[in-house]
Amino acid sequence: MLAMSYNDATARLWELRSEIWQATIDTFVMMGISTVAAIIIGGLFGIFLFLSSDKQLLQNKPLYALLGGITNFMRAFPFVILMIAMSPFTKTLIGTSIGPVAASLVLALAGSFYFARLVEQNLREVPRGIVEATESMGASPFTIIKVLLTEARSGLVLSVTILCISLLSYSAAAGMIGGGGLGDLAIRYGYYRYQTEVMIFIVIMLSIMVVGIQGIGNLLAAKLDKR
Amino acid sequence: MTTMSDMIVLDQVYKKFQTQKDGKTHWFTAVEPISLTVKQGEIFGLMGYSGAGKSTLLRLMNLLERPDGGTVTIDGEVLTDLNPKQLRVARHNVGMIFQQFNLMSNRTVFENVAFNLKVSGYAKGNIYERVMECLEIVNLTDRANHYPAQLSGGQKQRVGIARAIAPNPKVLLADEPTSALDPSTTRALLSTLKEVNEKLGVTIVIVTHEMSVIRRICNRAALLHQGHLLEVADIIDGQIIAKTEVGRGLVQED
Repeated sequence: MLAMSYNDATARLWELRSEIWQATIDTFVMMGISTVAAIIIGGLFGIFLFLSSDKQLLQNKPLYALLGGITNFMRAFPFVILMIAMSPFTKTLIGTSIGPVAASLVLALAGSFYFARLVEQNLREVPRGIVEATESMGASPFTIIKVLLTEARSGLVLSVTILCISLLSYSAAAGMIGGGGLGDLAIRYGYYRYQTEVMIFIVIMLSIMVVGIQGIGNLLAAKLDKR
Repeated sequence: MTTMSDMIVLDQVYKKFQTQKDGKTHWFTAVEPISLTVKQGEIFGLMGYSGAGKSTLLRLMNLLERPDGGTVTIDGEVLTDLNPKQLRVARHNVGMIFQQFNLMSNRTVFENVAFNLKVSGYAKGNIYERVMECLEIVNLTDRANHYPAQLSGGQKQRVGIARAIAPNPKVLLADEPTSALDPSTTRALLSTLKEVNEKLGVTIVIVTHEMSVIRRICNRAALLHQGHLLEVADIIDGQIIAKTEVGRGLVQED
């Protein structure tokens, strides 16, 4: 009996192979685009957030309050609401508000402000004395930023890992409102059509992806950490 | 009046800090208006107990701390008049070492020293040679490819010295350079500093709360107490010759 239903399940999964494949690609597209965009936008934002804070290079209370305020506001937005709120904007920008690329834009926006805080926190952990030593050599602000990033690099790699995994799980929510991807597939087949095996299979796939990303992140961070 | 042999001239520099206590803002003066001159080629001590303002005074010399008033002149250049870009160039002429070493932990010994050369605009083709030369001076050529975490405290400080002297600065500022080291490492480090001073002619200003450091290597020392300069004492035959009553009180060992 058990063997029968197991065979049934694998057969039904096999029938869905092209959908699963497409959904996997969509998930990777969403995660990839949004992670890269969030690293760039959020990274810059995080650097300025840190530099404008008290006792840092560009110390500026109003600027820090402004950047911090924007970050908090954007992070307070529930993701699904952000997605709906952004849809007119997404539509003008890329011509459609559905599909993985459209979802990537919203994911990138949410991810950016999340990552900005992680970057700020990582830079804060670089000992103040190292920045001072660099300043005493007559280094330019740009060089000092480079030193900060080099010293914080293993923490930053772990933060990128966290970002990537968070965006993977956000992408499932994005899927619900037209983003596509594995999360969307799991809900459509696994939940609405009662094909539990699809849901279980996709959850396992996602778990393996998370384990893989975290593993690579940990390995890289350890390799980069000479402290 | 600045003469040829004056390397560092402080004229009425002072520094106040803001503190928060019970929700109120307080000001305290870390360094009261101080004037003093460090001569070219000497090892000059800044001596005092904690809270004397000696570290702040040192940091005023390369403007890591901006004075609230007064002027700082190094090698004839009035640092307090410079714009940020000019100040960065002037800083290539003033090396600094720290109590906590402040080496970049994700760079090797070689890269740490090379970094300062790059910042100072040293000719790229000569960097390797110059780094090895400096590591030779501090006796660390065999550790060039190690990371700071793999070194002892004394070795880290020697990397700090190599890094600081690499661009051939005229002045070396040393902020409690031996306070994190044990006595025998301290002795070795002090003789390295003395060598740098004698062989390379680098003027050294050294902050310390240890009288023995002053007695061992300094030519003269400013005695500081609660932000005030008590006097500048001479060191003769390893003895601190204080001229004033308060100065003698400070250097009296129990």
